[in-house]
Amino acid sequence: MTRPASVYYYATCLVDLLYPRAGLAGMQLLRAAGIDVVLPRDQTCCGQPAFNSGYRDEALAVARAQLDAFPGDAPIVVPSGSCAGMIKHHWPELFASQPDARRAQAVAERVYELTEFLVDVLDVRLEDLGEPLQVAIHSSCSARREMGVADRIERLVGQLEGVEVLVQQRAAECCGFGGTFAVKQGDVSGAMVKDKTDALRATGAARVISQDCGCLMNIGGAFEFQGDGPRTQHIAEFLWERTGGRVS
Amino acid sequence: MNQTDAFHRRIDEALHNAQLRQNFRSALTGIMARRAEQFPDETQLQALRDQARAVRANALVRQPELLERLEAKLTENGIQVHWAEGPDEANAIIHGILERAGAKTVVKGKSMVSEETGLNHYLEHHGIEVIESDLGEYIIQLAEEPPSHIVAPAIHKNRREVAELFQRFHPEIPYTEDIDQLTQSARVVLRDRFANADAGISGVNFAVAETGTLCLVENEGNGRLSTTAPRVHVAITGIEKVVERLSDVPPLLEILTKSATGQPITTYFNMISRPRQPGELDGPEAVHLVLLDNGRSRIRVDDELLDTLRCIRCGACINHCPVYVQLGGHAYGTVYPGPIGIALEPQRIGIHKVGTLTSACTLCGACGEVCPVRIPLPKLINRLRAEAVDGLRAGTAVRGHGSMRKPAEAGVWLLWRWLYTAPSRYRLFTRLATRLRWMTPPWLGAWTRYRCAPRPAQRTLHELAREEGFRNE
Repeated sequence: MTRPASVYYYATCLVDLLYPRAGLAGMQLLRAAGIDVVLPRDQTCCGQPAFNSGYRDEALAVARAQLDAFPGDAPIVVPSGSCAGMIKHHWPELFASQPDARRAQAVAERVYELTEFLVDVLDVRLEDLGEPLQVAIHSSCSARREMGVADRIERLVGQLEGVEVLVQQRAAECCGFGGTFAVKQGDVSGAMVKDKTDALRATGAARVISQDCGCLMNIGGAFEFQGDGPRTQHIAEFLWERTGGRVS
Repeated sequence: MNQTDAFHRRIDEALHNAQLRQNFRSALTGIMARRAEQFPDETQLQALRDQARAVRANALVRQPELLERLEAKLTENGIQVHWAEGPDEANAIIHGILERAGAKTVVKGKSMVSEETGLNHYLEHHGIEVIESDLGEYIIQLAEEPPSHIVAPAIHKNRREVAELFQRFHPEIPYTEDIDQLTQSARVVLRDRFANADAGISGVNFAVAETGTLCLVENEGNGRLSTTAPRVHVAITGIEKVVERLSDVPPLLEILTKSATGQPITTYFNMISRPRQPGELDGPEAVHLVLLDNGRSRIRVDDELLDTLRCIRCGACINHCPVYVQLGGHAYGTVYPGPIGIALEPQRIGIHKVGTLTSACTLCGACGEVCPVRIPLPKLINRLRAEAVDGLRAGTAVRGHGSMRKPAEAGVWLLWRWLYTAPSRYRLFTRLATRLRWMTPPWLGAWTRYRCAPRPAQRTLHELAREEGFRNE
């Protein structure tokens, strides 16, 4: 698509409440690239937690409550692969045979994951101001498989001259978050995040970055619990910190 | 014990078995690498998946007609066809065939469908000796365990564990942990069984309607021996294995072996079309095919769930599942483990019995990505979660629908809905959560057994964005 003058930003409930700095960094990056960013006040959640738990009526009701928040046809940028995937790929399924199916479909088609938007639409150029740093990337399963944008985060980080990317073993393996999975299958999830944190720690990277705060909540929470491990950070916050807004 | 508690108990056992988990991790890492080597060209892989998917989807749509043609053609070829609605009927049919043939000993090639019916136990109970001839199946038969994987049934055992089993049951053979020597020993033991068995039982990978051909894919030659050396051969298969034409087989076979074991082709590929003809020197005098439904027709009725039946049993979804690698197959407690098991077993057996399996999935999508016939496994598992809690009210064919709905859980989602459907309530909630963040409990059940609890930020993104001059209207 051609470069739009303005975009809507879909905060996601997790970022809004737990990781607002990451969310804000994404908005600042877009603004630095010359885009007018609007954060609609009446957004709440895409409905994914209920949808993935089998409660489709509840998911539909919450998803429907988002439809009025994004009038017009500006793109909707989401700083999360999993929430973007929910809207883009599962809303059409969730709203199927509903009276507002076409509206939901139209919203779904306007959705971009943040790194996807920065690379594919804005083709941003980043200037790295930071000290030399080794990082490991954990691309979320939704960003990788549902959205197909795992390489966008790599391309953005690849522009940073001072940053070296270290590849973890089994990079494509799930970290074990899975939303309510982490609660319903807590011990399996714990075993999975143990393997993931071991693999990430073994890279020797000083920082772990991801497109999804869900994975970061899981991986970062585990590092903190284990009392040892690299700092975890959302890609938007990382890019904002490295470039100080030198984005074009 | 209810199904969820029983499942958690098996999970607990698996997670505390470090050797088991290491065996799975190491075996599956190897299989995944071998599969990837077989598909160096992404475009070709996707084209082959499309082709395989189309063949299977077409066969399912036309299944009733194809099954009729298959029966007619097989009968014409001299293969006797039997239909079984459920496991008991299938077992009784096979027992009847063996009894009429006076068969006392049976060699068996690998068959997951026979695991569905519990055939071995049934026959043994009726005084017939059954020897599994697939090496992996033979190992677990000695250990008296069910398969833990649909392609590699003894994958949970390492070479030392296998060596110890052999020593226990075959003390005459010198102890060795060398895989080639173990295989040689098994060959010697099994050769003798093949020569003396009265009947052979096998599964079927593809049943071709056009020609009345039963295709059997294997690596050890045990399938060929089981189906040719004894005087009677009984094949058992699910009704969904029928394909229309012989030309449908090559694309399925290619993607099956590459996806399953990372082999461009297996060592043996058997095409069985008729019993021994006059003047022929070998082959069984009689060949039977038992076609088992066992819930498949019910699955086929649903436009979405129908995709489950496309499965060609390669096990790639299992090999790539990040949950399966932690647990192994026995923890699932069903014939089919892993993603295909989670999708298939609640439909086959009922949600009220095994619906809890659907919780053992992060919806990461690794399974769907490798499935050679593009079964949308995460989508099916998500659908079954909705079926389990009555989250999908419109017409459904799944047994045990709604049986896992719990008032407390449903209440939580209702509350969630109440909060998140009204932006004003949501804002009040996030405002309270940020202002009262010091009240966040440091203990959040299973979460904090492995991680620190997340804590609300001091201010929400909406607040921060307004301060930074962003439009928030």
